[in-house]
Amino acid sequence: MFPEIPMLSYDVVVVGGGPAGMAAAIRAKELGLKVLLLDENDYLGGILPQCIHPGFGLHYYREELTGPEFASRLAKRLVELGVEYRTAARVLEIKNYSDLEKVVIFTSPSGAYQVWAKAVIYAAGARERHAFEIGIVGDRVSGIYTAGEAQTLMDLYGIMPGKEIVIVGSGDVGLIMARRFALEGAKVKAVVELMPYPGGLARNVMILKDFNIPLYLSHKVVEVRGKGRVERVKVVRVDENLNEIPGSEFWIEADTLIISAGLVPSVKKLKKIGVEIDPATGGPVVNDRLETSVPGIFVAGNSLLINDLVDYVAEQGELAAEGAKEFIENGGIESRKWVKVEKGENVRLIAPHYLSGDRDVYLYLRVSKPMEDVELRIPEIGKRMKLPVVKPAEMLRIKLKAEEIRKAERLTVEVVKA
Amino acid sequence: MIYRFTCIVCPLGCSIEVEVEDGKVKEVKGCRCPRGKEWAVQEVTSPRRVVMSVVPVEGGALPTVSVKTAEPVPKEKIPELMKFLAKLKLKAPVKVGETVAEWEGIKIVATRGA
Ligand SMILES: Cc1cc2nc3c(=O)[nH]c(=O)nc-3n(C[C@H](O)[C@H](O)[C@H](O)COP(=O)(O)OP(=O)(O)OC[C@H]3O[C@@H](n4cnc5c(N)ncnc54)[C@H](O)[C@@H]3O)c2cc1C
Repeated sequence: MFPEIPMLSYDVVVVGGGPAGMAAAIRAKELGLKVLLLDENDYLGGILPQCIHPGFGLHYYREELTGPEFASRLAKRLVELGVEYRTAARVLEIKNYSDLEKVVIFTSPSGAYQVWAKAVIYAAGARERHAFEIGIVGDRVSGIYTAGEAQTLMDLYGIMPGKEIVIVGSGDVGLIMARRFALEGAKVKAVVELMPYPGGLARNVMILKDFNIPLYLSHKVVEVRGKGRVERVKVVRVDENLNEIPGSEFWIEADTLIISAGLVPSVKKLKKIGVEIDPATGGPVVNDRLETSVPGIFVAGNSLLINDLVDYVAEQGELAAEGAKEFIENGGIESRKWVKVEKGENVRLIAPHYLSGDRDVYLYLRVSKPMEDVELRIPEIGKRMKLPVVKPAEMLRIKLKAEEIRKAERLTVEVVKA
Repeated sequence: MIYRFTCIVCPLGCSIEVEVEDGKVKEVKGCRCPRGKEWAVQEVTSPRRVVMSVVPVEGGALPTVSVKTAEPVPKEKIPELMKFLAKLKLKAPVKVGETVAEWEGIKIVATRGA
């Protein structure tokens, strides 16, 4: 602790003011906890204020909203309830002194602060994978952006990042960016996708047809050339093992390269205090209250695992707040025994990892490969659910009842041909 | 003429085929529900989309506010609408949900405050 830095005191500190953090702070306040929400941006909402397309809130609000609309509903509720929050407040460090003694250190325009808290809800979102991470080499030029950077420029600041665009990645984010560029009059010359199938939802893949944008499946961008600014990018075809096919390369002229190659949970500060990370989700290993391996540290939203629906993100925020309440009241999260959740066939990732059987839970999972007419099975308890289609891009959410969970020592979730 | 596409009404993603003759829909194949069929027919006869963009705003916390059309607009009219939106300029305060302009009877609604 730093004696010269002012000390505040709360029951719970929420790190991050995106949908996960706002939903967590709202629920914590409703449950009677003294809560402080911190976000490093100048505004609340996380990445939502820049996601101006519709497609948010169908489950949570039973209405189709745009990202900023979804964010402003949560922000309004937050303000109505009188939740204390600070923007332009960047969390530098979390310290774990003991189960009920955490200190969160943050800086803000009015100086640095440390906050004493009994529990912390970590909802700092995710970071985008960048060009180097996906092996693109070449000149150090301007005009290379991640999708989120380009979206921020265009949809918060009204600045077009370029005129002739190549997009790497056909997930929903890449496809939605393709539409934004095309609508604003840029020429999208290609969307390049490594896998043999598009990564996004069918309704977003349709965007490419709407604007006659070519999609190169089983292709990758490997090199960028230009003097000062991007001038051309090199594309190569890959075989079924994702190996480059010699002689198949070609160049596309463009002034801008957009990298939309997926998100990674942002968990650096958690790793530092010894939180166990699941290599499959990239986020922490959690129990069914979304508590990490460090007691009293909870996690929600894209810091837990990459979500495609904001509705689930908000739901996780609420759950983490309920966990924090229980933790503070009982001096810990109790369970007689934890039932471990295991990945079976065609399950790439799954969370939560440990279930108490004291309550109903939602399992969030993703498959490794697309399949049709399948069954999700949990053999230990004889559970079977028919699913017409599964795709890696779409997160599945499965409800398990407390009494089902209690029937077994462990649960293996598999997605197999029906 | 046969149009083939993937239905987007629900996650099932049926592969639909719509046969059109002399501007009339003759047959719709491949969809598993009436909503999908209705959507497919609309998609070949008069496709519509909700359109979103940002417009500059003076005196707000951010330099733009985001907007959307209150209802889906005919696809072929989108470029014209974008030209109209490109000319708009707003002044703070703007509230979420406020109608900030109208274009051919279609309301343009702010989706962010300023
Ligand atoms: C382009 C795009 C399109 C999308 N489209 C859809 C869609 O159509 N429908 C849908 O439902 N979902 C969509 N999503 C997904 C959805 O937006 C996200 O899942 C959701 O916003 C994640 O919320 P979050 O609260 O976990 O993280 P974020 O929204 O990322 O919020 C995290 C917050 O934490 C803050 N933070 C991080 N570190 C610190 C620190 N050290 N100190 C203080 N604050 C910190 C950040 O500033 C940020 O505000 C889309 C996402 C993207 C990127």
